[in-house]
Amino acid sequence: MTTPPVAPLSAPLDISFDYTRSLGPVLTQFMTGLAQRQILGSRGADGRVYVPPAEYDPVTFAPPRELTPVGPGGTVLTWSWQPQPSEGQPLDRPFAWALIRLDGADTGLLHAVDAGTAADMHTGMRVRPRWVDSPAGHIKDIVCFEPVADGEPSDQAAPAPGDPVPVPDAGADPGMIITPVSLHYLHSASAEESRYLRGLREGKIIGQRCPACGKVYVPPRGACPVDGVPTTTDVELPDVGTVTTFCVVNVPFHGQRVPSPYVAASVLLDGADIAFQHLILGCEPDEVRMGMRVRAVWKPAEQWGTTSENIDHFEPTGEPDAPYDSYAHHL
Amino acid sequence: MREVAVVGFAEAPNVRHTDGTTNGVEMLVPIFREVFDQTGLAKHDIDFWCSGSSDYLAGRAFSFVSAVDAIGAFPPVMESHVEMDGAFALYEAWIKVLTGDADIALAYGFGKSSAGELPRVLALQLDPYVMAPLWPDSVSIAALQARLGLDNDLWTERGMAEVAARSRAAAVSNPRAQLSGEASVDDLLAAPYVADPLRAHDCAPITDGAAVVIIAAADRARELCQRPAWISGFEHRIDSGSFGARDLTTSPSAAAAWAAAGADSVEVAELHAPFTHQEIILRAALGLTESVRISPSGGALAGNPMFAAGLARIGHAARQISSGKADRTLGHATSGPALQQNLVCVMEAR
Repeated sequence: MTTPPVAPLSAPLDISFDYTRSLGPVLTQFMTGLAQRQILGSRGADGRVYVPPAEYDPVTFAPPRELTPVGPGGTVLTWSWQPQPSEGQPLDRPFAWALIRLDGADTGLLHAVDAGTAADMHTGMRVRPRWVDSPAGHIKDIVCFEPVADGEPSDQAAPAPGDPVPVPDAGADPGMIITPVSLHYLHSASAEESRYLRGLREGKIIGQRCPACGKVYVPPRGACPVDGVPTTTDVELPDVGTVTTFCVVNVPFHGQRVPSPYVAASVLLDGADIAFQHLILGCEPDEVRMGMRVRAVWKPAEQWGTTSENIDHFEPTGEPDAPYDSYAHHL
Repeated sequence: MREVAVVGFAEAPNVRHTDGTTNGVEMLVPIFREVFDQTGLAKHDIDFWCSGSSDYLAGRAFSFVSAVDAIGAFPPVMESHVEMDGAFALYEAWIKVLTGDADIALAYGFGKSSAGELPRVLALQLDPYVMAPLWPDSVSIAALQARLGLDNDLWTERGMAEVAARSRAAAVSNPRAQLSGEASVDDLLAAPYVADPLRAHDCAPITDGAAVVIIAAADRARELCQRPAWISGFEHRIDSGSFGARDLTTSPSAAAAWAAAGADSVEVAELHAPFTHQEIILRAALGLTESVRISPSGGALAGNPMFAAGLARIGHAARQISSGKADRTLGHATSGPALQQNLVCVMEAR
């Protein structure tokens, strides 16, 4: 009898974190300049002015000692059109990406140009920065660049390019930047893991046997780590097993659900060849020991889903301890 | 120096989406079997394993460690990993064989590009201080490069469409390609821009896939393969990380790698060019004349599995030799934004 193929389980996986970086002296000064609505570049040994400044000279690799104010006006060197801006980008309406050569610079700074339509963009057009109300020392202090009409001054509000600014000593307090990162995935369980998770929804623990070595894995795996082939034959396992090893958790951490101290243990289900991790509750932490026999405590059936959380924890069965030799191979 | 040759190659079907996990096991297990069947080798014959993949693509930490399950790494194996295309893993494996630490080595690369939002994920390979915080997507970055060449009359939109049409036509002979078929240049040019000046055909598709290449030293290579693809030059170079300071219309790093590898003439060049104009840049940088057959597999425009497409180019270039269709070929791989880093692997029949 063949069963129709069932797609593996999948679910959205959203990852977000604040990417927090300390800056070296050159970028610290560059960001300090932005906080004062001033754009700074570095003069290279090749005579070119680099914007953003190069942390090390592209030719001699020497760190620059001072930075040169440039702009605020600039010229578009090349551009592309972003018809559907995505999360995190400078503008939420269609805009152009551009490399902008600021007046006095020789290289292009990447930023957005708020031009309205692609028809209003052209290479060589003049642009000026649009600043946020309260610059704080971040590339996003520049909201975007905006087109400048012929004959119009680049930016009355910005300070005119001034004298070179010294780069602080390497030992000075570095600046920091924080960039929020948010990524979105569709995470897929393997076909074998999906079999296991669907079993849990029915209150069953389904392992699978490797066709090469005969070992029973729970959860089953896309590749037996010994033989490199998927596990195949289903083996329904009891919810009773043996503590092979454990630790007492005393350290509180973000997201902790059980008050410490509590025990996290490796539990070897009867008939399985690999232990899995779970909580041991229902006794004092100092009563837990290697060889202790434990049984799964399930949540009420109406709460079951395709998740390992259907088993709330394990608790002692009260049986005599398993002899060491019965689990020694699984430590 | 030891002689080293490519003796085996396999790649997973290049597809828009697989149901498998991001650790690549489902794509790797079948192609490991395929390349072992080709060579008559078994896992215990491999002295060194090296992989290329990225946790950013997978959206999880240490995804390459889970991938090692596909090896069946018991007893323990000698293994390494690069957060780069598998072609760079092959470079590490080649060094390992040259030094005598290994006689037979296997490199693999895998990427489930469909798991996340690929153009956004690739924004994170940019400078983290002044570029990545703006989240410029990979297509927009390539489009800035494309326009520079158009504005300077270095290439045309028609020339770019011709690259796409040739790529898809060539891919008809590659059963593992994702995009293939006859397409008229005029029809391609009638399509709207996705990121002016790029149209959909100018951009490699989003591809799930994996590839594996086995190399072997001298005598072992001759035992394993009737016509090994002997590696005569293997080099990689990188351009400045200051994106706006680069001349994006050329590829100094590709030219430098090519010069270091000998810059001899080849009959076939498999180029890892994820955008049509990048193939034009590479042909110029490598000085490839009209007589050189470009990417008979269809190239990255016919399927671009992240972290595997470059390794697959080397595999396809080697296959041209092992099948007797060519005596000297080039496999190329790129990494980073707008062809920032380039690797060339020159192979020949002996």
